[in-house]
Amino acid sequence: MTHPSDTGTAPVLALRDVSKSFGAVRALRDVSLELFPGEVHALAGENGAGKSTLIKTLAGVHRPDAGQVLLDGAPVVFHGPGDARDAGLAVIYQEPTLFPDLSIAENISMGRQPRRALGRIDHRATRDATADLMRRLGVALDPDRPARGLSIADQQIVEIAKALSFDARVLIMDEPTAALTGSEVARLFGVVRTLREEGAAVLFVSHRLEEIFRVCTRVTTLRDGARISSEPLAGMTEDDLVRRMVGRDLDELYPKQEARAGEVALSVRRLTREGVFTDVSFEVRRGEIVALAGLVGAGRTEVARAVFGVDRRDAGTVEVDGRPLANGAPSTAMAAGLALVPEDRRAQGLVMGMSIERNIGLTGLRSTVRAGFMDRGAERSRSLDWAVRLQVKYARIADAVSTLSGGNQQKVVLAKWLATGPKVLIVDEPTRGIDVGTKAEVHRLLGELAAGGVAVLMISSDLPEVLGMADRVLVMHEGRLTAEIARTDATEETVMAAATGRAAA
Amino acid sequence: MTVTAPDQTPVAGIPEASATRLVDRIFRMRELAILLVFLVMIGITQAGNSEFLSEQGIKDLLLNATILVLVATGQSLVVITRNVDLSVGSTLGISAFAAGTYLQGGGGSFVAVVLAVLTGVGFGFLNGLLVSLGQVPALVVTLGTLYVIRGIDSIWVGSRQITAADLPGGFVDFGSGGLWAVPWLALIALAVLAATAYYLKHFGGGRELYALGSNPEAARLAGIPVRKRILAAYTFCGALAGLAGALYLARFGNVDSGTGNGYELTVVSAVVVGGVVFTGGSGSVYGAALGALLLTSVNSVLPALGVSSVWVLAINGLLLILAIAVDRIVALRVANALKKRNARHG
Repeated sequence: MTHPSDTGTAPVLALRDVSKSFGAVRALRDVSLELFPGEVHALAGENGAGKSTLIKTLAGVHRPDAGQVLLDGAPVVFHGPGDARDAGLAVIYQEPTLFPDLSIAENISMGRQPRRALGRIDHRATRDATADLMRRLGVALDPDRPARGLSIADQQIVEIAKALSFDARVLIMDEPTAALTGSEVARLFGVVRTLREEGAAVLFVSHRLEEIFRVCTRVTTLRDGARISSEPLAGMTEDDLVRRMVGRDLDELYPKQEARAGEVALSVRRLTREGVFTDVSFEVRRGEIVALAGLVGAGRTEVARAVFGVDRRDAGTVEVDGRPLANGAPSTAMAAGLALVPEDRRAQGLVMGMSIERNIGLTGLRSTVRAGFMDRGAERSRSLDWAVRLQVKYARIADAVSTLSGGNQQKVVLAKWLATGPKVLIVDEPTRGIDVGTKAEVHRLLGELAAGGVAVLMISSDLPEVLGMADRVLVMHEGRLTAEIARTDATEETVMAAATGRAAA
Repeated sequence: MTVTAPDQTPVAGIPEASATRLVDRIFRMRELAILLVFLVMIGITQAGNSEFLSEQGIKDLLLNATILVLVATGQSLVVITRNVDLSVGSTLGISAFAAGTYLQGGGGSFVAVVLAVLTGVGFGFLNGLLVSLGQVPALVVTLGTLYVIRGIDSIWVGSRQITAADLPGGFVDFGSGGLWAVPWLALIALAVLAATAYYLKHFGGGRELYALGSNPEAARLAGIPVRKRILAAYTFCGALAGLAGALYLARFGNVDSGTGNGYELTVVSAVVVGGVVFTGGSGSVYGAALGALLLTSVNSVLPALGVSSVWVLAINGLLLILAIAVDRIVALRVANALKKRNARHG
C-alpha cells in the first residue's frame, strides 16, 4: 500500500461542511477537514471543542446531520463502525474499549479473526499475530491473558495494537498517550512514523502540545464546534497554537504562588502494601504542594488509595494533624480532613448519570441532613456555590454530569471534594485529558488552596506540571520512594533519573 | 511522562505464561468443580444405596437431565450476551403441545419434532426482536412474553390433555429407548451441546456473543452487528426450548396447558450454577450442562438416600447461592493475582 506522500494528491478521507447536533448542543458546525496520505495531522482544541464528535463522525459512530464524509474523493455513508473499519479506518478512542472477559489476542482480532477451513477461527494465528504486534510495540503482554485487570497504560497499548493489527489507510488516535510512559510514547511515535512512510494518513489528538510538534506536519484547530484553521505546523510556536485553541492569550499555565509551609498536616510512616509498594514515608505541610512523580505503575495511585483508606495497608501509619487514621476506613479519613480526587474520574470520581448538583452533594450527605431527611435546598446551594467558584460550565445544575466535557467533569470532582473543606487534598492526575485553558484554572485553584493553608499532595505524570507547581517532588520507582527533590533542584533530568531508577538524586 | 526517557524498558519476549495459565486453570476449574461435586454426590449415594447406579438408575439420571440440559444450553447463549430469556418454560409447553396435537392427528414423528422446533424458533425470534429493537431490559420483555405465550397456550389447549395413548408407539418408545443405559434423548442433547460449544469457541459469531456480553459499547465500536447477534441468540434459545418440548413429549407422553410452568427458574439456576456469569461475557455451555445435571440429580439422590423430596428445592437454592459465592471469591482472587503481577512488572 504505497501512496505518493506529497500532499498534492487527493485526500484519502475528508469531511465537507459537516454539522452535528445533540439536542440543543451544536457539537460541529460546518467543519471541513482533509487527511492526505503520508501526513500526520493534528486535531487541536479545548475540551468540548468538538474533537471527539469529529472523530466519531469519521469513524461511522455518528452520522452527520449535514455535510458529507468523503473517501478517496467520493461521498460515502458509514452505517456503523464496521463500515469504517472495512474502508481501512482504525480508531483509538480516548477511553479504552476492551472486552474484559476475552483474551488480549481476541480483543485485538475481534471481528476480523484469521479463518481456517469452514470459517473456523484460527486461534494459533490469532495468538501469533498478537505476539508479533506486542513485540513490534516492545511490550511484554501475554496474548492469552484476559483484558480484565490490565492497567490503563496496558489497556491503551492493546488499543494501539488493535489499530495496528490491520493495514489501516487512516489511523485516528484520540489522546493515545495520556496513560503511557515516555518509552512507550517513543515507540508509539516510531510506529506512527512507519505508518506514515507507508502512505497512511494519521489524525492525532493530544493535549500535550510538544507531542503535536514532535510528530505532526499539519494542524486543524477547532473551537466551539467550528474550524478555526488548517495549516502546516512548521513555523508555528506553541503560543500560536494555544491562541487559536482558546481564542485569547493564555494566563500563566503554572501560576505557582509562593507559599509558607506550616506545620505537618499529613504524615505517612513506613507505609507498605505487600506486592504493591514498600516502606513509603513522607510528610506534607500546610500550605505546601508536594508532587508525587514516577512512571505509570510505580505505585503512586496505590499509595494514595492506602493513605485514604480505600485499600488496606499491610504496615505503617498515617497521621493527619498528628492523629493516627484507622486502617482501611475512608469515612474516618474524610472526617479527619482528608480528600482524595481519584485518577479515573468516570469510574471513581463521578456518578455519570446523576446531576452536577447531586454529584457535588455526595460528600455532604451528612452535613445536609436534617432530622434524617435530605435537605435538598441546602444541597443545592452548597453545590451551586462550589460550581460557581470553580467556574464549571454547564447549562443547568440539574443536568447529568455525563453531558459535561472532560475538563468540566474534573472540576465537578474537585468541587465535590473541596466542598468538604479538606485539610489535606490528594489529587491524582488532576489535569489528565483536560484542555490547556481548564488546566491553567486547575493549577490556579491548587495554588490558591495551598496559599489558604491546605496541604496538597499531587500525583502527576505531566513533568512540566510537576516542576511548575510543586514545592517538593517525591519520586517513586517500582513501589519505593527513590528521591525527594526540593523545588530549586527539581529538573526534568533529576526527576526522570529517579523515576527510572537510574540513580538516586 | 511528557519527556521522552531513553528506551530503557527491557523488551522481553512474551513471558508470564505461567500466571495466565493459572488464571486459565481457575476458569476451567469451575467446570471441574461442578463435576467433582456431582461425582462425590453420586459416590455417596451409591455407597448408601447400591441399587442407585443400576442400568435403570443411570438411565433415569440421564433422562431427567436431558431436557434441562437442552434448555440450559440455549439459555446460556442468551445469558452470555448479558440478557435472559424467561419465556423458555412457556415456549417448551406450547411446542410440546403443538407436536402432540400433530401426532394425535396422525402426523409423522420427524415432522412433529420439526414443528416443535419451528414453534420455538418463532417465539425466540419474537423475543429477540423485542429485546434488540426495543432497547428494553430483557428481564421485563421476556417476563411479558412468558405470560403471553402461556396465555395463548391456555386458550388453545383449554382443558385438553395429550397422553401417551394418543401418540404413535414408535415415538414413545424412542423417548424411553437408548443404547444400553444411555437414552436416545440424552444422545441428542449431547450432540446439540457439543455442536453449540464448538460453535461458541471456534466461530466468529460465537466469540462475538461473548464480546458483546463483556462490553456492549465496545462491541458496537468494534463493528459487531449487536442486534443481529442478540436476535440469533434468542432464536437459538427458542429453537432449543422447542426441541426440548418435543423431547418432553417423547419422554413423558403427557402434555397439558401447565406443561413447563415455572421451568424458567430451574433453567436459570442450572445456567448460573454451571458458571455462566449472569452479567454476561463469561461461562461455557458445558458448565451450564453440568449445572443442569447436578440440579436434576439432587432429585434422584434424595429418594435413593431415603431423604424426603421436600428438601429438593432448598438444596437447589443452596447450590445456587454457593455457586455465586464461589464465583465471587474466585473473581476477587483472580483480580488480586493479576494486580500483583502488574505491580511487579509495572
